[in-house]
Amino acid sequence: MSTEKSTARKIFEWHEQRLPIVSFIDHAVGSQYPAPRNLNYFWNFGSLAGFMLVTMILTGVFLAMNYTPHESMAFDSVERIMRDVNYGWLIRYMHFNGASFFFIAVYIHIFRGLYYGSYKAPREVLWWIGILILLAMMATAFLGYVLPWGQMSFSGATVITNLFSAIPVVGNTIVTLLWGGFAVANPTLNRFFSLHYLLPFVIVGLVFLHIWALHIPGSNNPLGIELTAKDKIPFHPYYTVKDAFGVGVFLLFYFGIVFYAPNLLGDVTNYMKANPLTTPPNVVPEWYFLPYYAILRSIPNKLLGVIAMFGSLLILFVVPWLDTSRIRSAVFRPVYKAFFWVFVVDCLVLGYCGSQHPEGLPLILSRVGTAWYFLHFLILMPVIGWLETPKPLPASISEPVLNPAE
Amino acid sequence: MRKSVLTAIAAFALALPISAMGAEEEIHLPKQTWSFDGVFGKYDKVQLQRGFQVYKEVCASCHSLQYISFRNLEALGYSEGQIKALANEYDIDDGPDEAGDMFKRKGRPADHLPKPYPNDAFARASNGGALPPDLSLMAKAREGGPDYIYNLLLGYEDAPKDMTLADGMNYNKFFPGHQIAMPQQITDGRVTYDDKETPTTAAQISKDVTAFLMWTAEPKLEIRHATGFRVLLYTLFFTILAYLLKRRIWSRIEKH
Repeated sequence: MSTEKSTARKIFEWHEQRLPIVSFIDHAVGSQYPAPRNLNYFWNFGSLAGFMLVTMILTGVFLAMNYTPHESMAFDSVERIMRDVNYGWLIRYMHFNGASFFFIAVYIHIFRGLYYGSYKAPREVLWWIGILILLAMMATAFLGYVLPWGQMSFSGATVITNLFSAIPVVGNTIVTLLWGGFAVANPTLNRFFSLHYLLPFVIVGLVFLHIWALHIPGSNNPLGIELTAKDKIPFHPYYTVKDAFGVGVFLLFYFGIVFYAPNLLGDVTNYMKANPLTTPPNVVPEWYFLPYYAILRSIPNKLLGVIAMFGSLLILFVVPWLDTSRIRSAVFRPVYKAFFWVFVVDCLVLGYCGSQHPEGLPLILSRVGTAWYFLHFLILMPVIGWLETPKPLPASISEPVLNPAE
Repeated sequence: MRKSVLTAIAAFALALPISAMGAEEEIHLPKQTWSFDGVFGKYDKVQLQRGFQVYKEVCASCHSLQYISFRNLEALGYSEGQIKALANEYDIDDGPDEAGDMFKRKGRPADHLPKPYPNDAFARASNGGALPPDLSLMAKAREGGPDYIYNLLLGYEDAPKDMTLADGMNYNKFFPGHQIAMPQQITDGRVTYDDKETPTTAAQISKDVTAFLMWTAEPKLEIRHATGFRVLLYTLFFTILAYLLKRRIWSRIEKH
């Protein structure tokens, strides 16, 4: 190797001295970020969520070029995208199903955090920012669902904005502000479009904070123990290549749906233009909101239902303190592990109940499910932490391998 | 502890009022096989042309296809000349002209298929208060999609003895609630096909017009299927390469 620097190298170093952006990226997700060597495939879902965020922003920008946010033109402009815009059908199906796959990635990412105790000290702020990202995503998804101005868009907008009227004193004023008038109408659609375009960039900002907060303590790992330098490997190339493989597998599922079942996750009712004079027999949100919807409808009092629904999300902020165990990973917590899976089933049951009419068995199930949801966080998490005897922790990743006799 | 918690939950669930069990009836739609089913599914252009003929001769007198232009029918295999001739059969409202008057002119390929009624109120007035819906998206706007349309067209029966139909309504076993304003339209021999070979049974006619309506709802289905196959093949190739690269790179640390 010649000691003489190439011209390209000199230009690069000149630029790095003034704005060290390449070093910055290298420290964030490159060779200078030491990551645990034992991360399993559940750790792929963070990068997958980031990948979906970029996919959603790119497809969304191109959709916005052809979309008309007007109550009498929105539906037709979406149909024009589907029929007359070059590859408009592809961009729209990618965006529409992309929301679902974004939520799939994020939900698995969150459950991974719950299982391996990634919210515990010193990662509480990292966890908080993650919840903020979830909330911003949910707002964005709801706003976006309204934009095609189909029958379910309209009903969804009406039902969800009406929730705020449950707030005492100021409720109706808030709803009027959300609507831009006294009913869901053109001003509502206009402001929803504006906010739907704004919030994704707020999410991008939050993702930067999320990654920043991740880098202070570094990544958690399946064992949940503090790692020494010898148990760490550079993020690049080890995890960049692993994430690339993960993106490939994820894309196979995503494209499978986009190309072969693009309307599977949607509601047929939204292929009818919004008509304020009719209401669909069963107003249901998209699948990723169903558990919250079940919680909302399980309580016969509107205000309490709204409080429970938002509470089911806000309770996540205090999870680092509700969990009293000092052991992070559920791998060493047999009782918590069992209840973790019960909780997963509970969320799925709530999701099913959210899709059903709130009567009969689904209503009973959603009430039990809602009670269990809060019981899990408010009672089981602290109590299990106090009473459970955890399994012995290894001192390092290599220890169980080095001392198999123990 | 656990026991008392469970008792509390059970008490909570049971103490709350339980409304009557869902009374909604599940309607089973017998599934049909369609040429556009599956990964390699395509439209049968000859069938779409027959379906268009059914739409034109039967459905079009009440139902619009607002998102379809004459030019779109090229996808059914018609030539440019045939489409010009077809559009030419229609009188289209246009204007205003230089004198400020609206006028009629012959249709052009770029025109949308004309609607049967000038507005919804007129449509209702002509149909005993019922509004015949636009059919462009019908195959995607109902549970069951094409299977729903096909079965609905054939699902007319005499109403059960214990059911009284409202004035002007018809009984259809596949329609939610079973009372539909549209009378039975598709019967054996309702249209005469040019090819003389395709049977003109009610089932065949329904099948053809349903396939046509699937095309109006999802005109890009063929290119979607074809593009998807290539995209998935490429993604699979990329994923395998990424996996092999991952194994090779990770072998550096797993050795020691």
